[in-house]
Amino acid sequence: MTIASSSPPSRLPLGGAEGARTKPRTDRSRAGENRGDGRLAAVFIAPALLGFLVFLLWPTLRGIYLSFTRYNLLTPPEWVGLDNYVRMVNDPIFWDSLKVTVEYVLINIGVQTVAALAIAVLLQRLTQSALLRGIVLTPYLMANVVAGIVWLWILDTQLGIGNEIISGLGFDRIPFLADDTWAIPTIALINVWRHVGYTALLLFAGLQAIPNDMYEAAKVDGASEWRMFWRITMPLLRPVLAVVLIMTVIGSFQVFDTVAVTTLGGPANATNVLQYYIYGAAFGRFQFGYASAMSVALLVVLSAITFVQYRLTRAGQTDLG
Amino acid sequence: MRIRTVVALTGALALSLTAGCAKGGGAGSSAHTVSYWLWDANQLPAYQACAKGFEKENPGLNVKITQLGWDDYWTKLTASFIAGTQPDVFTDHIQKFGQFADLKVLEPLDDLGIDASDYQAGLAANWTGQDGHRYGAPKDWDTVALFYNQKMAGDAGLTAQELNSLSWNPKDGGTFEKAIAHLTVDRNGKRGDEPGFDRRHVKVYGLATGGAGDGDGQTTWSNFAASAGWNYTDKKRWGTKYQYDSKTFQSVIKWYFGLAKKGYMAPLTDYSAGANPANAQVAGGKAAAAFDGAWMISTYYGVKGLKVGTAFTPVGPTGKRATMMNGLADSVTKNASNKQGALKWVKYLSSEACQKTVGTYGIVFPATPDSTKAAVAAYKKKGIDVTAFTKPVADKKDFTTFSFPITNYSADVYALMHPAMQDIFGNGKSVSSLDETTDQINLILDQ
Repeated sequence: MTIASSSPPSRLPLGGAEGARTKPRTDRSRAGENRGDGRLAAVFIAPALLGFLVFLLWPTLRGIYLSFTRYNLLTPPEWVGLDNYVRMVNDPIFWDSLKVTVEYVLINIGVQTVAALAIAVLLQRLTQSALLRGIVLTPYLMANVVAGIVWLWILDTQLGIGNEIISGLGFDRIPFLADDTWAIPTIALINVWRHVGYTALLLFAGLQAIPNDMYEAAKVDGASEWRMFWRITMPLLRPVLAVVLIMTVIGSFQVFDTVAVTTLGGPANATNVLQYYIYGAAFGRFQFGYASAMSVALLVVLSAITFVQYRLTRAGQTDLG
Repeated sequence: MRIRTVVALTGALALSLTAGCAKGGGAGSSAHTVSYWLWDANQLPAYQACAKGFEKENPGLNVKITQLGWDDYWTKLTASFIAGTQPDVFTDHIQKFGQFADLKVLEPLDDLGIDASDYQAGLAANWTGQDGHRYGAPKDWDTVALFYNQKMAGDAGLTAQELNSLSWNPKDGGTFEKAIAHLTVDRNGKRGDEPGFDRRHVKVYGLATGGAGDGDGQTTWSNFAASAGWNYTDKKRWGTKYQYDSKTFQSVIKWYFGLAKKGYMAPLTDYSAGANPANAQVAGGKAAAAFDGAWMISTYYGVKGLKVGTAFTPVGPTGKRATMMNGLADSVTKNASNKQGALKWVKYLSSEACQKTVGTYGIVFPATPDSTKAAVAAYKKKGIDVTAFTKPVADKKDFTTFSFPITNYSADVYALMHPAMQDIFGNGKSVSSLDETTDQINLILDQ
């Protein structure tokens, strides 16, 4: 932060207005200035901190506590020790939903990252058009639920326009969201469709930070676009790509809304992703204790994955300069 | 100075946030307002008319009606119990009654003086909890029948009389299966019972699919299972054992889902409650017939360019036809902010005056016999014959009616049966897998 040293001297008289006016402005001590900045910083941080404490930290701590209880929200929680965790370990549906979630994340993140990278590179190397950049982002402007419903209608086996076209071309109709092998890839790709533009934009911002003279130098040396991508773009984009990956993987693990409006976890439990299972346990069956235990498990899984990703991709370091 | 402004603004924001949270209570209720929730948009005008009558009789009280779609309704109701913003009175469904009884969120209605004999048989009794208290005042009822596309039936040479005299059995499906097969047409124009029928490329299915039916099969397999003599649980109400492990039940399910394998019924992959329910399959010309409930009458008859007929459910191995008779009720919430007003409103809703008013709209069968007659007349005025729905209730010789299963832990039963039935219908899993599911369910009920 360079604000303290470069800002013009200004008095920050919290509770000391009288004294401030009597003292000459140049006579102010450094310690006083720092203290003032600290207070200002505290004021600016306060709203975010308040939000963090009220909406994140407290619910998390309470969730961890509730995971050791039997609780239906309407009567006081009853301490049951590790019962919920024992049940979770022995619950085949929990393990199945974890498997389904991982399958979803692999398809979703795999396709999305490659596609977003391709779009970002094309945006950077081929066009300066703000319109194109805007168009790429449009699906992201749509609410997840709306996107889910629109795709549900398009892909409906009998009545969807997508399947009408497939059938019109002479192929068999595909039960995209109604067949247990198709459902997870379909939901994963619906979310790729919605998020790829946003991810591409993040990566595009990372690409803008790569000095153009590197590409010019490479061109002078006769390097192809392909070679420049692998030798310049990828290594220098790595920190940004790593952060984007960490963020999107966390988001992907929490998939819920698309499932809730398209398949409701079915057919059978084919799309019963973890968040949906947790939601059903809590708000369908009023088992908030068990739902909390599964949420804690998801938190642990996500923390572990993020830690490993962070270490493997050296997300905190850059090769630039 | 500037910092003070920031502090003040932050403080004001925080205050307004907390104030905003605290304000939500009571769903706008006061001593003069009774809040009332229902989910069926078709019924809204009828109950608005009732509310007018109520307000005239009770000066100083007014009813605030909120209508929400089925899915949002239950989500929001659940959330409102938790947040303390529940309506004073809400339309209750028997499927959810067990859970609300478990959670103890309903107010007993014993003092309303509900006389079971004033209503169609069985409607009042269902709303008594295990503790012997009444938690719902009978509101309306519905049964299930076969809706069919008259043109398609005519093309297949099936008359209304023939469709009304079908019978079935789990071995060869009887005349019902023959009719459904004959109504099925593949893409080459071959009917389901003709040689060379291509079951993989069906253009029009004889029977629409309503999904796998979860644990109740209301508009799918329930009429077959009941006409084969099966019951959901060991007791009529508040049973402690589910009977999905019964050989009779499993043979019915095997036959019923088998219709899809033969190409006569749309497969599970054709069904999605959000985009393609049974009525949409019929409306879209993808299916010739569908089992559906009386609450869907206006929807089927409202489709432009579609001539619809209705027929009884087929006669089963017991020699009787069966159909689920389900009744909604009005319940008062335990923490209603205007409990006295709420009880008055429920009393009025269950009275002949309101029931008759609702009946004249011809959108639902109200719970009292006289108001049911008013509804039948109103349907007739619209040119709709509802005999297929009303006769099962009047004629006990040829028909059996049965109720939704009423037990504790209904949400857990749903959570287990929903995927289990889909697994059988969609993935061809053996019906005997229901033995294990039944064990799991009964274990929960034993708690």
